Amino acid sequence: MTMVDHIKTRVIPDRLTTPAERILKSWEALLLLVAIGIFILNSFASPYFLNAWNLSDATFNFTEKAMIAFAMALLIIAGEIDLSVASIIALASTVMGLVMQAGFGTPVIVLAGLVTGLMCGVFNGVLVTRFNLPSIVVTIGTMSLFRGLSYIVLGDGAFRGYPSDFAWFGQGYAFWVISVEMVIFALLAVIYGVILHKTNFGRAVYAVGNNATAAMFSGIRVGRVKLTLFMLTGLMSGLAAVCLTSRLGSTRPSIASGMELEVVTMVVLGGVNILGGSGTIPGVVIAAFVMGLVTFGLGLLNVPGIVMSIFIGALLIGVIALPRLFAKLKGGK
Amino acid sequence: MKKLTGLITTVAMATGLFASAAAAEDVRIALVVKALGIGFFEAAAKGAEEAASELGDVEIIYTGPTDTTAEGQIEVINSLIAQNVDAIAVSANDTDALVPTLKKAMQRGITVISWDSGVAEDGRQAHLNPSSNALIGNMIVKLAADHLPDGGDVAVLSATTTSTNQNIWIEEMTKVLPNYPGINVVGTVYGDDLADKSYREAQGLMQSYPDLDAIIAPTSVGIVAAAQAVADAGKIGEVNVTGLGLPSEMAGAIESGASKSFAIWNPIDLGYSATMIAYNLATEKATAEPGASIPMGRMGELTLDETNSGAMADPFVYDSSNIEDFKSIF
Repeated sequence: MTMVDHIKTRVIPDRLTTPAERILKSWEALLLLVAIGIFILNSFASPYFLNAWNLSDATFNFTEKAMIAFAMALLIIAGEIDLSVASIIALASTVMGLVMQAGFGTPVIVLAGLVTGLMCGVFNGVLVTRFNLPSIVVTIGTMSLFRGLSYIVLGDGAFRGYPSDFAWFGQGYAFWVISVEMVIFALLAVIYGVILHKTNFGRAVYAVGNNATAAMFSGIRVGRVKLTLFMLTGLMSGLAAVCLTSRLGSTRPSIASGMELEVVTMVVLGGVNILGGSGTIPGVVIAAFVMGLVTFGLGLLNVPGIVMSIFIGALLIGVIALPRLFAKLKGGK
Repeated sequence: MKKLTGLITTVAMATGLFASAAAAEDVRIALVVKALGIGFFEAAAKGAEEAASELGDVEIIYTGPTDTTAEGQIEVINSLIAQNVDAIAVSANDTDALVPTLKKAMQRGITVISWDSGVAEDGRQAHLNPSSNALIGNMIVKLAADHLPDGGDVAVLSATTTSTNQNIWIEEMTKVLPNYPGINVVGTVYGDDLADKSYREAQGLMQSYPDLDAIIAPTSVGIVAAAQAVADAGKIGEVNVTGLGLPSEMAGAIESGASKSFAIWNPIDLGYSATMIAYNLATEKATAEPGASIPMGRMGELTLDETNSGAMADPFVYDSSNIEDFKSIF
């Protein structure tokens, strides 16, 4: 063996870990294992779990929330948050009801829901970016405002009597057991995945979340990025309003109450840093399934809702705290 | 990898805790309530268990969402459909929003009834009202008359002038008034379901009608305020306050004697009857159609009207003999 051979074999690596290794050690891998674990446990725990129609029903537990969670993930990565999403649903649903009562058909009703959501997003976004207000304060305010408007219109009444073809969005099936909502969810997952991970805009979102000042000096229009994200979140809330209203077949001002926290839980469980700067769309997708599977699996065992909330809370803390705890222990050795 | 196995084991243990063995042959009846942790519904569940032990081959699944939302109830009902339960008896958070899901349940052969708070007609086979307007109208005047054998002057303290329920009950009361000779309704005042306004209106009644013998308040806010006004005026024993109220709020008035008795539905009976009806429909011992009679065990029979709904019974009377048992329930 010569000296030359020896030198030849010494390669300086591009990266310290291989891509495969990085994926295996990632948050998403951990979460996926949890999801698979829950799936297996559920199929043992209840004889009703492994049934295509039942699993299809179970997806409704998370599809609407996940639609908003995708946009919310981008918003949180950029260092902002929108707590008014559930109230946007209420307002969008109310506007849809008004449009329906005025005699318009399904296309106009759907458009009205989407536009209302978008406008609410613009309102939030302008307040945050133009007036430099903290988004958590602005959206706590609009949370009461949007739902309040809905209560003014409806009081303790309800809109009912949506056209029968409107039911397609929330009750229809694309093919076999795959619901329309599930298809929308899957399409959005791909779209948001591409936006965040494959476009300049996606890089800008991370940059803004990590250091808005540095981002600004690198030529990123920080305000515009944030405004766009608020508009997207509003639009997604409008879309969720279309699906939920269609599924319920009616509108009440209390619709979707408390959903904002479930959306944020989904995003955080998906590995998005609540302080901004990091997170992935695949993580949010898996988190959506984890939450859906847990609530459905426990529901099949007739576990009371409050125990379910405790379980989700424990899961959230566990999945977030455990890796950090172990990292600390390893570092301490 | 160790952390993963640790996590999975924790999940496994937690899930395992909730796994329960269900007897397959039993008729499984799900009692779905507006939200868990509400005394009224816990009492209804007690009644459902009573019915189950009387029937023998019944398993009760008492469930509901954490908050009183329609979305939460839909998730619960979806999981019940998945378990293929035999019957669902629901007190609905929303008249309309549950309809699509409950329709799906019925399509899969599940018996669906609503009780207490109903769902729209096409979302259920039958609806159990705790009582009827006519029965309530009769009961509120009967409560006053029972303690006035020689007749006397009574006044009504209602909620608002536009309260649909109260107006119907007072109207029904007026209809049956001829059955109670000697009972003279001297006036009706409105406390708007506000504690302070109801209190002042009750005071006003006692001043305007010094010979007043009873105040009938068919509202849970008014009855408490009126009892307080009577006690504060030192007229306990002279003026009897009665009407519709909640045992937890009225326990003090019963103890002090400001109110001799009052009425409201009994949640135990309600859960019992809902279970009996669900059982009889699910086992095809009865059918839900206008005019049909469905047996409800010790509560008699439920007669369905043209909307397939029926009234369980007279409102249940609470007095010093039973207030202790119910005041902690609701």
